Amino acid sequence: MEFIRREAPYLAPKVDVASMMLQVLVALIPAALAHVWYFGPGFLFNLIIASIFCVGSEALMMRARGRDPRVALADYSALVTAALLAFALPSLTPWWITATGALFAVIVAKHLYGGIGFNIFNPAMAGYVVILVAFPMEMNLWVAPRMGDIDYVNLTVLQTIVYTLSGSLPDTLGFDAISRATPLDAMQSGLRTMRTYAEIRTNPMMGDFGGRGWEWLGNFFAIGGSWLLVKKIIRWQIPAGVFAGLLVPAGLMFIFDPSTNASPGFHLFSGATILCAFFIATDPVSAATSPKGRFIYGVGIGFLIYAIRKWGSFADGVAFAVLIMNMATPAIDYITRPPIVGHKSEGRER
Amino acid sequence: MTSGGFFERLQMGLWEDNPGLVQLLGLCPLLAVTTTLVNGLGLGVATLVVLACSNALVSATRRWIRQEIRIPIYVLIIASLVTCIELIFKAWFPALDRSLGIFIPLIVTNCAIVARAEIFASRNPVGASIADGIGMGLGFALLLMAIGAFRELVGQASILSGFDMLIGGEPFAGFSFADSGLLLAILPPGAFFALALAVALKNSLDHRRRRERR
Repeated sequence: MEFIRREAPYLAPKVDVASMMLQVLVALIPAALAHVWYFGPGFLFNLIIASIFCVGSEALMMRARGRDPRVALADYSALVTAALLAFALPSLTPWWITATGALFAVIVAKHLYGGIGFNIFNPAMAGYVVILVAFPMEMNLWVAPRMGDIDYVNLTVLQTIVYTLSGSLPDTLGFDAISRATPLDAMQSGLRTMRTYAEIRTNPMMGDFGGRGWEWLGNFFAIGGSWLLVKKIIRWQIPAGVFAGLLVPAGLMFIFDPSTNASPGFHLFSGATILCAFFIATDPVSAATSPKGRFIYGVGIGFLIYAIRKWGSFADGVAFAVLIMNMATPAIDYITRPPIVGHKSEGRER
Repeated sequence: MTSGGFFERLQMGLWEDNPGLVQLLGLCPLLAVTTTLVNGLGLGVATLVVLACSNALVSATRRWIRQEIRIPIYVLIIASLVTCIELIFKAWFPALDRSLGIFIPLIVTNCAIVARAEIFASRNPVGASIADGIGMGLGFALLLMAIGAFRELVGQASILSGFDMLIGGEPFAGFSFADSGLLLAILPPGAFFALALAVALKNSLDHRRRRERR
């Protein structure tokens, strides 16, 4: 007779990779809609292309490794990678660039390290950094966001499809006509050419905190992220750490010299800060796992984002910050091992 | 370590014990100069000559070198050879010398050369040591050329650019296949990726061969 042993917890919640990933995808929907509203339909095409190449290469790699592709495809992790990559890309991106990023993310950053659960680096960010370094010109082509009072030129759906497939703009529009400096670009180059923060903020592209239009995108990420927090898909330590690591140095520097430093509000609502805090840094595989470790990991990312924006050569440093802290994850986990049950000291000492 | 025949030494250097792929030695020049096939070839040949000569000299003098000070003496021997090579490059391949820059004199610090002197040449007769130097040098040079060709193909979508640096004449931009390549391959990370792919390829070939033999 089989004797089924019962142990606590008696009401185990159903937690598996597929349901987690699916909820992350659902949480990204508000931001996706907002992205399409502000930056045009290009995001959808990027998402489709990234999904095709991520899922396709995931299946191919599983086959090449002699495993059943259905196992990997059923957990939706390739789709999450594709979605995060699509959010990182400018809304106008030729398809081969998106494909390069997606292929690198899944084949090199994920499967060459052993597939889901073994990848050291966040696949989406690794793929993004590769195309950011390899195609600097195309990756800096951001269109102006849709806001009433700026001269807003954007492509129609058909023109967007043509650009995505061929990489060429309609004859009447040049790159200069549609591309705009991102708020972080404008702030970094402005501050480096000795203009003051207040002066740069008078530019009509600047909104209440970050760039006009740009700053709203963060709110939609925050909505999805809060839902993930409530559902306990992600824990509060990493987002809190990212915000603390970014805003504390930004705040101190701003108090110290408000003319040559951007305000913490600007840093919070510019670039990919909120996307990173809720969705990228919280990747369960490549992030630190102990509660204390998660906070340290988040602070590290936040501080590196600040350092790269302030002193680095790239306008936004989210991807680099995440990859660098991914490397530190094993050390963080080692240092912050929780105490063994029954021992008062940290687990390390015995 | 047995000395073995010439072809056995050659096979060791080219494949089984390749300094770049298996011993992972001399990575600094391997990663730094392999942006094109011609650069890889230039540094590879220079390293090959230095390695063969230094192995011969170290082996010939091995009975007089005291154990305690052997490394400084190896470095002296290698440094004199590298200086000769550098002067030869400056005299006959000035363009290539400019292109490779500091990495020609830096052959002195290539640990693959000191390693062969220490591991092989100091314990084996002159003939075997020369064979070992040629094998290891060829293995290193071929790897440099392979990685250089790969990075040039992927990064610039061309091959044999700068060939004029070897034979003189008009500047030659190489046989081009497309307007632009994947810039990443030319940048330093591309060297790491290319080396990792080469090591993975070798391991998988070895693995397959071992499985077939079983």
